[in-house]
Amino acid sequence: MENLPKKDTAEYFLQMKNITKCFGKFRALDDVNLNVRRGSVHALLGENGAGKTTLMNILYGLYQADLGEIFINGELVQIKNPSVAIDLGIGMVHQHFKLVQNFTVAQNIMLGCEVTSPFGVLDFKEFNKKIAKIIDQYGLKVDLKARIENISVGMQQRVEILKTLYRGADLLILDEPTAVLTPAEIEELINIIFKLTSSGKTVIIITHKLKEIKAVAQSCTIIRKGKYVDTLDVEKTNKHELAKKMVGRDVKLVVDNPPENPGEVVFEISDLCIKKETSENLFAVKDLSLKIRKGEILGLAGVEGNGQKEIAEAIMGLRKVSSGKITINGKEIQNLTPYEVIKNKVSIIHEDRHKRGLILDFSVAENAVLEEYRESPFSRNGILNYKAINKFTKELIKQYDIAPERCHRRRIRKLSGGNQQKVIIGREIHSNPDLLIAMQPTRGLDVGAIEYVHKTLIKEREKGRAILLISLELDEILALSSRVAVIYNGEILGSFSRKEANEENVGFLMAGGNENVA
Amino acid sequence: MLDFLIPILTTTFMYSTPLIFAALGGVISERSGVINIGIEGIMTVGAFFAASVAYYTSNPWLGLMAGGVVGGLISLLHALASITFSADQTISGIALNFIGPGLSVFLCKIFFNGQTKTYPIHNKLPKLFYNLDVTVILAIIAAIVLWFMFKKTKWGLRIRAIGENPYAADSLGINVYRTRYLCVIVSGILAGIGGAVTTLSVISQFSPSAISGQGFIALAAVIFGKWTSLGAYFSCLLFAFAQALAVTFGGADFIPSEIINMLPYVLTIFVLIFFVGKSCAPRANGKPYIKGER
Repeated sequence: MENLPKKDTAEYFLQMKNITKCFGKFRALDDVNLNVRRGSVHALLGENGAGKTTLMNILYGLYQADLGEIFINGELVQIKNPSVAIDLGIGMVHQHFKLVQNFTVAQNIMLGCEVTSPFGVLDFKEFNKKIAKIIDQYGLKVDLKARIENISVGMQQRVEILKTLYRGADLLILDEPTAVLTPAEIEELINIIFKLTSSGKTVIIITHKLKEIKAVAQSCTIIRKGKYVDTLDVEKTNKHELAKKMVGRDVKLVVDNPPENPGEVVFEISDLCIKKETSENLFAVKDLSLKIRKGEILGLAGVEGNGQKEIAEAIMGLRKVSSGKITINGKEIQNLTPYEVIKNKVSIIHEDRHKRGLILDFSVAENAVLEEYRESPFSRNGILNYKAINKFTKELIKQYDIAPERCHRRRIRKLSGGNQQKVIIGREIHSNPDLLIAMQPTRGLDVGAIEYVHKTLIKEREKGRAILLISLELDEILALSSRVAVIYNGEILGSFSRKEANEENVGFLMAGGNENVA
Repeated sequence: MLDFLIPILTTTFMYSTPLIFAALGGVISERSGVINIGIEGIMTVGAFFAASVAYYTSNPWLGLMAGGVVGGLISLLHALASITFSADQTISGIALNFIGPGLSVFLCKIFFNGQTKTYPIHNKLPKLFYNLDVTVILAIIAAIVLWFMFKKTKWGLRIRAIGENPYAADSLGINVYRTRYLCVIVSGILAGIGGAVTTLSVISQFSPSAISGQGFIALAAVIFGKWTSLGAYFSCLLFAFAQALAVTFGGADFIPSEIINMLPYVLTIFVLIFFVGKSCAPRANGKPYIKGER
């Protein structure tokens, strides 16, 4: 477990040469190269589905490459499974943490590499001594006795990092490490990364966020659609060059957002209270009020799990409201059924398109009419009229530029995330809602698709629609919102006009700070 | 009072033992993430082989071992279907429940002169103080050993991790498939022993109705006991107590015996209605592990 002095003759800690990997006919990686200097932070940049994670899974032994070689410390290695990778000093923090929810932090760290006394009995005393050293060295504060399900996402990530260090990792792979963190937590993570590299560890960070690459990495390798594009010195490049190489064309990183001209209030929440699922006495949302006017986007900023999901579900009739009112066009809609809510001209782009927004094994056309299938012309007397459904879907495909072009009969599972999202957006806008809720509308989408979604939302706002944008991405909130409200622990801590809002003041409230302290 | 209580308690212990072994099998399988609904069928096969081997060798201990070995072997079918081929675990378990009695009766007719019953065995497993079966003690030991393994050892930690989040376990180099295979086989051995105990200490021969619902009651006990070995142990005692009451008062006039015979089963239903929702199944229970998926 100790940091044994390794023969660090080679300049590169890791070299991956000509890696090719196919899944069936699909070439996920095609002749990709990666050279990572010892003691550096190396960013791996690419859109979703470009093959970043596949490449790292090969390095970590979760997949086997069809072709290509891997060198660690200049020596050719065969990584057949994660155990081999761990022995070689490779540790991976996956984007979706691989933690056992009802285990304690200590149990999670030692799992698979347990400290035992005779008869395989776990020895937590001895373990605690060992881990305390690592915790101190890198400032990775965790509560060893707490259960994973009760600790913050930031701490869960520190547990994941500890897991790799405890196994003696010299190379840490961090897969999209900032996706779930608050601005303050991101800063803490960056500090930890610097501590790691200054003590000789090497870090690979997988990301599609350009800002973070500039903040933390020294070099950056870009892959696009499974192909190696380039490796750049981060000092000598800029965000636009990175984005262009990643997408393969010029992209607007921040959409044009012309000044708005809001009309009367169409949607209002007053003194909304929603109970937590787990408890009768605790509230997920407490006395929350907000108003949205015609032709404006209200951005609801906040860290995951502060009541955003509950609010969206309560509006849509998917969750019971304990008290308070939700009104659209002056009509109360709290505790109605989802069907009745939709009838009152409220639409939602769900946070999780696989769970709520789509039926993955239905065709694109069937998904396109999920809300309106009972209405003419899509059905008559309970019989679906596929002619009309297909015609409508073909128009939708054209209008929203959904690829592939002739996909209306295809199972929607086969479409990329961006195209699935376009189907949802098209469907929700077609029902001509007075309030459109966009919940994490760009989650898991790549830069090109994000640009498209953002443009569409702005366009709908300009047409006079009221939009509630709920997002964990602060950049997205700041780029699109006419007003920003910050939610923390089920309450609105403060709100800002478009001019006032910036990363500091919104980020401060997202972390639960209150204005008196500031 | 004591004269009255002790027989009830002995009967409770006697009836509880097959349930306990089977339920412990259920615990270990489900803790690793494989639902073993086929316990009933495995028990039947175990009960038949135990009775036959005990009859032909005149040694009930050999019978007990045979029950366990055959239970382990037949559970391999379930492991193969549900772990290697990611089949639906409920369906593969139901298949075992059909194969078990079918196979037993078929073999029984071959070895016992065309009868569906085996001949009574010459000597049952021994009894200890207060007429308590030796298997009662074995069941307690088994429950404590499993409890210790799950609570205190690294193997327990790993099995629990696999049942909760196999992807986490795999990423740390733990072999999910091998561990699940082992757990399902041990589950089969325990269920087979459970069946064997029925024919070797409760009754003294195999008949098609020797195992009738015990496997399902054991599964209910797994849930009622919140997937812990000690919890399952005490749940089985409760169910067996209901059965002991049924036996003791079965002949009484004040309640029809049909009603009182229903007691263990009614109790099972009640337990399932009121506790399934609230108890905490292993998160990955019943879900096949497919490498590379999330």
